[in-house]
Amino acid sequence: MTEIRLQNINQYFGETHILKNIDFTFLEGKFYTILGPSGCGKTTLLKIIGGFVNQTSGDLYFGDKKMNEIPANKRQVNTVFQDYALFPHLNVYENVAFGLKIKKVSKVEREARIKEALRFTNLTDFKYRDIEQLSGGQKQRVAIARAIVNEPDILLLDESLSALDHNLRVDMQYELKELQQKLGITFIFVTHDQEEALALSDEILVMDKGHIVQAGSPKDIYDEPLNKYVADFIGESNIVEGEMLEDGKVSIYGRAYECVDGGVKSGTPVEIMVRPEDIVLKPLEEGHLNVTVDSILFRGVHYEICVLDEDGYEWVIHTTQKTEEGKKVSIYFDKEDMHIMVPGEKEDEFNERLELYEGIL
Amino acid sequence: MKRVLALPYLLWMVVFVILPVFLMIYYSFNDMSGNLTLQNYAEFLSSNYIKMTLNSFWYAFLITVITLIVSYPLALVISRLKHKTFWLLIIIIPTWINILLKTYAFIGILGINGILNSVLEKFGLMKIQLLFSDFAFITVAVYIFIPFMVLPIFNSINGINKNLIWASYDLGASKWEALTKVIIPLSLEGVKSGIQITFIPALSLFMLSRLVAGNKVVTLGTAIEQQFLTNENWGMGSTVGVFLILFMVFVMLVTRTKKESI
Ligand SMILES: Nc1ncnc2c1ncn2[C@@H]1O[C@H](COP(=O)(O)OP(=O)(O)OP(=O)(O)O)[C@@H](O)[C@H]1O
Ligand SMILES: [Mg+2]
Repeated sequence: MTEIRLQNINQYFGETHILKNIDFTFLEGKFYTILGPSGCGKTTLLKIIGGFVNQTSGDLYFGDKKMNEIPANKRQVNTVFQDYALFPHLNVYENVAFGLKIKKVSKVEREARIKEALRFTNLTDFKYRDIEQLSGGQKQRVAIARAIVNEPDILLLDESLSALDHNLRVDMQYELKELQQKLGITFIFVTHDQEEALALSDEILVMDKGHIVQAGSPKDIYDEPLNKYVADFIGESNIVEGEMLEDGKVSIYGRAYECVDGGVKSGTPVEIMVRPEDIVLKPLEEGHLNVTVDSILFRGVHYEICVLDEDGYEWVIHTTQKTEEGKKVSIYFDKEDMHIMVPGEKEDEFNERLELYEGIL
Repeated sequence: MKRVLALPYLLWMVVFVILPVFLMIYYSFNDMSGNLTLQNYAEFLSSNYIKMTLNSFWYAFLITVITLIVSYPLALVISRLKHKTFWLLIIIIPTWINILLKTYAFIGILGINGILNSVLEKFGLMKIQLLFSDFAFITVAVYIFIPFMVLPIFNSINGINKNLIWASYDLGASKWEALTKVIIPLSLEGVKSGIQITFIPALSLFMLSRLVAGNKVVTLGTAIEQQFLTNENWGMGSTVGVFLILFMVFVMLVTRTKKESI
C-alpha cells in the first residue's frame, strides 16, 4: 500500500519561495490532477515526489516510509516527463527495455513485459523505430510504455498531453483513464487544461503561486469553488458581488434572493457565482433580472450569449435556447445554482461551513 | 549577391589550400634535379618510411588515448561544477600561449637541473634525465592537446538534456549506469571530434620531438622537416606530405561524426 504523504513541504530556489507549506495525502490507486497556471510549482512538486529535487524542508512519506533521503532510482515511482525525455540513441524497444535491463529482469520476463507494454500503448508496429522518426503522440506513448513496463506503484505525468492536437489528445485522455483503472495504481497528472482535469481525475488539486488552493473531486471543485481564483480557473463563471443577509438569504444589487448557503455573518460582503449553463432565459419580468441580449456566439453544442443587466454588468450564458441580439429578456437561476464565496476564507473553514449547511437550507 | 560575398573565401581556398596541395603533389613527382620520377614513392614504400609511418601512428595513438583518458573525466567534472564557464576558461587559457614557449617551460621542468629533479634531490633520490625520452614527448604532447580534447567533449556533455539523466535515474539507474548507458553514448560525437582534433596534428608533430624527445622519436613530421631543411630534398619531403594528407583523410573518414556524413 502506497499512499503519498506530503508534510509541510517547502521549496526554495535561491531566495525564491516556490512551494509553500504543502500538506497533502495522495491515496492509493486514484487519479489525481494538479492544475495551475505556468510557474506555480507543479513540475517542482512532481520532482520532489520523484526524487529529482530535494525539498528545502518538510517530509515526504510513501506509506509509513520516510522518503526524504531515498534517491530517485530507489523509489517505486516512474515519470512521464514534460518533454518525454526519450533516449535519442536508443530505439522504441530499447527505450522501453531500459528500466528492466537495469533491474536485471530475466530475458524471458523482460520480453513478455515489453511486448505487453507496447501492445497496451499501440506501439507494436513501431518497435524498431528511431525516436526521431516518431510523431508527438507516438513519443508520448513510448514515454508511457517506458514508465508502466516497470509496474510502478505511482506514475507521475507532467503535462503529457499538451503537445498533442485536440483529437489525439481526447483519445489519449480516454486511454490514460482506462490505463489507470486497469493498472489500479496512483496517477499524478499535471496539466493546465481544466477540461482535461475535469474529465480525467478522481481528485483535482488547484494550485496558485506555490499553494494548494483547493483540492476535491471535479464536481466539488466545479460546483463549489473556494474562491474567485478557483472558479475562474475551472470552467467559466459569472461572479457578482453581494452581501449576506442571513442564512439562506443573500442580496445582489440590493435585491434579496434565496440561496442554499449559510454560516456567514450577516452583512459580510460575498461573491456569488453562477455557472453560464445554469442560467435560463425567460420572457421579460419573469426571471431574476431584466437584461438586453448583447451578442450571440454559436459554439457547436450550445450558444454562448452575452447579456447586459440594467446596471450594465455582463452575464455569460450557455444555452440551447434561441434568442436575438438586442432583445430584452430576463435571466433566471435556481437557488441551488448560486454558489456563495467569502473572500479570504480558508479551505478548511470553507469545507466546514459547507458540511454544516449541506441539506439544511 | 551570394556569389559575390563568397568570392573572398573562394580566393582564399584557392590560394592557401588548393594551390599548395597541388604544388606539393607536383613536387612529390620530382627528383632533386627537377626531373619527373616515381622514385620518391618507391622510396616511401620501402621499409624505412613504413616503419616511420607506423611509429607516427603509434605515438599519435598513445597521445590520443592518454589525452582522452585525462580529458573525459575532466570534461564530465567541469560540466557538473557551478561555475563551469570559469573552469573551462582555466583549461583553455594555456592554448593562448605559444607552443614553443610551453615546450621550453617543460624543458625547464623536466631537465636535468629542472624543478622535478631538484625535488627528487631534496628527497635524496638520484637525478634522472627525464628529457629526451618518449616519456617526455608524450607527456608534453598530452598536456598540449588536453584543452582541444576537453572542449568538444564538454560541449556535448553539457548539451545533454538534463531530463534524460533524470529519466535514467527514474528507471532505476545508478550514477554509474547513467554514465555508461546515457552520458557516454550521448557524448560520443564530442569524443570523435576530440580524437580528430588530437590524432591528426599528433601525426605530424615535429617541433616537440626535436626539442623534448631529442632524436629518440622519429615521426613523419620530423621526416618532412629533415627532407626540406637538412637534405633539401623537396621531392621526398612532398611525398611524405602527400602520404600524411592521405592518412589524415583516412582518419577523418573513420572518426567522422553523424552530422558530417551525408
Ligand atoms: N532548478 C531551478 N532553479 C531555479 N528556479 C527554478 C528551478 N526549477 C524551477 N524553478 C522556478 O520555479 C518556478 C516553478 O517552476 P515549475 O517548473 O514547478 O512550474 P510549473 O508549474 O511546472 O510551470 P509550467 O506549467 O510552465 O510547466 C518557476 O518560476 C521556475 O522558474
Ligand atoms: Mg511544468
